[in-house]
Amino acid sequence: MATDIKWETVIGLEIHAQLATKSKIFSGAATTYGADANTQACAVDLGLPGVLPVLNQQAVEMAIKFGLAVDAHIADKSVFARKNYFYPDLPKGYQISQFELPIVGNGDIEIQLADGSKKIIGITRAHLEEDAGKSVHDGFFDNTGVDLNRAGTPLIEIVSEPDMRSAEEAIAYLKKIHSIVRYLKICDGNMQEGSFRCDANVSIRPMGQEELGTRTELKNLNSFKFIEQAINYEIERQIDVIESGAEVVQETRLYDPNKNETRTMRSKEEANDYRYFPDPDLLPVCIDQETIEAIKKELPELPDAKRERFIKEFDLSEYDSDVITASRDQAEYFEDTVNAANGEAKLSANWVMGELSAVLNKNNTDITNSPVSAEMLGGMIKRIKDNTISSKIAKQVFEAMCNGKGNADEIIDNQGLKQVTDTGAIEKLVDDVIAANPDQVKQYQESPADKQGKLIGFFVGQIMKQSKGKANPQQVNQLLQEKLK
Amino acid sequence: MSLEKSDIDKIAWLARISISEEDTPNYLHDVSNILELVEKMNNVDTDNIEPLAHPLEITARLRDDKVTETDQRKHFQEIAPAVDNGHYLVPKVIE
Amino acid sequence: MYKKTIKQLSSALQNKDFSSEELVSSYLQRCDSHNSNLNCFISLMPETAIAQARSADKKIQNGEAGPLTGIPLAHKDIFCTNGTKTSCGSSMLDNFIAPYDATVVTRLNEAGMVTLGKTNMDEFAMGSTNETSFYGAVKNPWDTARVPGGSSGGSAAAVAAKLAPVATGTDTGGSIRQPASLCGITGLKPTYGRVSRYGMIAYASSLDQGGPITQTAEDAAIMLNAMAGFDERDSTSAEQAVEDYTKDLNESLDGLKIGLPKQYFDGQLDASIESVIQAGVKQLEKLGANVKEIELPNSELSIPAYYVIASAECSSNLARFDGVRFGHRCDDPEDLTDLYLRSRAEGFGKEVKRRIITGTYVLSAGYYDAYYLKAQKLRRMIRDDFRSALEDVDVIIGPTAPQTAFKLNEFIDDPISMYLSDIYTVSVNLAGLPAISVPAGFANELPVGMQIIGNYFAESRLLNIAHQFQQATDWHQQSPVGFD
Repeated sequence: MATDIKWETVIGLEIHAQLATKSKIFSGAATTYGADANTQACAVDLGLPGVLPVLNQQAVEMAIKFGLAVDAHIADKSVFARKNYFYPDLPKGYQISQFELPIVGNGDIEIQLADGSKKIIGITRAHLEEDAGKSVHDGFFDNTGVDLNRAGTPLIEIVSEPDMRSAEEAIAYLKKIHSIVRYLKICDGNMQEGSFRCDANVSIRPMGQEELGTRTELKNLNSFKFIEQAINYEIERQIDVIESGAEVVQETRLYDPNKNETRTMRSKEEANDYRYFPDPDLLPVCIDQETIEAIKKELPELPDAKRERFIKEFDLSEYDSDVITASRDQAEYFEDTVNAANGEAKLSANWVMGELSAVLNKNNTDITNSPVSAEMLGGMIKRIKDNTISSKIAKQVFEAMCNGKGNADEIIDNQGLKQVTDTGAIEKLVDDVIAANPDQVKQYQESPADKQGKLIGFFVGQIMKQSKGKANPQQVNQLLQEKLK
Repeated sequence: MSLEKSDIDKIAWLARISISEEDTPNYLHDVSNILELVEKMNNVDTDNIEPLAHPLEITARLRDDKVTETDQRKHFQEIAPAVDNGHYLVPKVIE
Repeated sequence: MYKKTIKQLSSALQNKDFSSEELVSSYLQRCDSHNSNLNCFISLMPETAIAQARSADKKIQNGEAGPLTGIPLAHKDIFCTNGTKTSCGSSMLDNFIAPYDATVVTRLNEAGMVTLGKTNMDEFAMGSTNETSFYGAVKNPWDTARVPGGSSGGSAAAVAAKLAPVATGTDTGGSIRQPASLCGITGLKPTYGRVSRYGMIAYASSLDQGGPITQTAEDAAIMLNAMAGFDERDSTSAEQAVEDYTKDLNESLDGLKIGLPKQYFDGQLDASIESVIQAGVKQLEKLGANVKEIELPNSELSIPAYYVIASAECSSNLARFDGVRFGHRCDDPEDLTDLYLRSRAEGFGKEVKRRIITGTYVLSAGYYDAYYLKAQKLRRMIRDDFRSALEDVDVIIGPTAPQTAFKLNEFIDDPISMYLSDIYTVSVNLAGLPAISVPAGFANELPVGMQIIGNYFAESRLLNIAHQFQQATDWHQQSPVGFD
């Protein structure tokens, strides 16, 4: 086969997002992550004989929120179906899912790529279903242990159109969905704990060809990095297969991050016949327009809108706005900070992205558990702005706030950190330092003008030391230049 | 629609029920008869009929999102064939 | 005392004619002496029964008793009872001690009833003879060479033999009404959703419905008062308020409009059965009812539609019996596949396997539309037939079963004939309607039941008609020889 063919990649993603409900989708058991094995698996989750599922309202509302956020059609009637297969982590021998009538229909989102270009990615559907339990393969000798705590946790499966043409686009789409579900507070987005998971359908075709090539499904993708690596590996693998004259086999492949390769998990021939049929234990879910309108009113401002508004309203750079709006909590914290700082946006952005972010990272926590509230941070920024403290002193104040020493004004008062701006007091400090250092004064005065700038630093340093950092640096500079002439 | 032995094998596998070689003809016979009985349905024109999944055409009532269940692992695992350290045991699954 | 209805037992208990403990002991003794012959019970629960009876006696002493306090009953072994074996008639669950109570069990416990034991049944309620039970067939007290019907055969035989004054049953395609008919007692299948299915081991979820098996319609009304009602644990349970089902029992039948489906009396019906039913209808006419012929044009299709839907649902409902969390597990499984294949092959009996195989087939790729979807379409047609018929008449009357009790082993290798015997009952489940079977006479010295089918949630009307019929006749008071 000719090797000069240009190949086009076609990618579609199936995202599973665990919904952040307190209880399971069909039972009253808790959904907390990390509990002891099977302590959160109730009779319904275990599929004991005779038990029945009852649908969680919150799960339905969360799915509707997602649908509205991606401009999708919300089905006025959706139906739960059983997907039948045997596996130890699937207690009933079927998964309750949705098949023919999903709750969320066609929608789309816009993604932005590194080169600034934008693209619309279609969402085919999103449906509600229950998560399976977990199989533990180590620690039980010749056995596998089954923990059903996760069984019955609500999921929405978000299925995209095969609209992505590169791993970069896939990642941009995935990050966008990730940020939307977190903005909506319907999913915590934690990929390590598996609350946000992704399978990728990948195929290639000669550039210009309409018909899709044979696809493979990649599983076990639990970080953005792995997803990107797995897709790129798979594209190369498929090109190699085709260019060597063979054919891509439709199959499920597992990504091994240690070896950075994908390998066959099961082929289409072995694929199950899931025998979907409407679950007779559950009735159709009917959603009226009023409910949809009420949920629509509660929707938060979404990442795109917030990003644009921050650029306009606060004059942030695109980059800053991107970073600040990456999470809804951070964006809200920022906005509260600006309000508390009398509208000082640029300094607020710098502090949130800089010092605050560093402290949070260091303490391995997130902004909702910040030791410094937005009000406190804004209060401090106000004091920088009105020259009560310098930026340098501010770092000291911020650290004190982190250590629970009170708000900025209290710390400034208690520790006497107020900046000295009284000209008389500064003049006295300047005079004292000049008088105490005649040699340096002489050297300064004999130096050419271009060297003087450097030498003046010595005097500034001495004065700041004397004032414990509180003298207003601009005033000190100005007075020194006058007096050393 | 006449069934073949391979159909019974395939279906028995999907249903995860082992059927011995000697029993297969009996199942083939019985299930074929049942299918013949139900194929009377084909005599009726149902073109414009909506399928009915539930006798009462009512809609789902939804549950409040509240945790109502407590840990009953000990109680539930008393009836389990094999458990270890809170886990249900099955022969090693190779992925 | 075992000759009394629960209505009569209740007054006797309130009058302190005897205590609940005396009553329960007497029944337990009776069970002991007859069960080896009839095989009605899978488990008897003497210790817990006596304890429950004593606590009921305390309530009666304290004047806190309700109409069911201290009355013994038997539960079909399909209802989960916390701490007691709940086998569903299957080897699969021979070792299954239910870890929770079914809602029906909770409600009847709360009403103060005393559980004597768990009754035998067709395995997983699949059968019309009770012969598919892992615990062996139940014998019909009217003729112990015959079956009691099924699947609630143990419950029906126990009530007919007066080993329990009342029992629970479940009805997916006739499993309360048909054994009631074959055993000469009263059996009510309520409207789908009227009685909670929580804790009732599922056979076919969209058809299953629990109900009472009693000596009289009045007892059925008293039982339904306690059993019925919305259950937040069952999504398919009806939110409709529960009425007092005894309040209309004495209403007159004047002007009652009865429909007789042409298709039920088409000449294929055994003449001896037909004459019993016609005589029953005459009796109701005497009580003021008007009779007209109606059409249920698709009733013949109810058997195929039923067996497709029930098999499909059962194939999925029974997937949870996999030897992992409860129930039978094969010895020394080689691997996971072996665990599944052998545990399920060993745990399930022949009829259950037949239905699982059939159900798996009709749902499998390529056959879903031709079988399952087609059956669901027919289900709508059958339901609509009933709906339009019930616009013209108040109730529909016909036989409960096309024959009296079969001989043991008559159908054991002929599932199709067994299926065909459900012709008058399965359509009611497909439509989700309530229906009651009441004793209406005898054919060849065996009891014959008359089926009265009503509109959705019209249980009160059905019980009223059945009660009035029983006031005017004494078929329900006949006892099998040796059990009177």
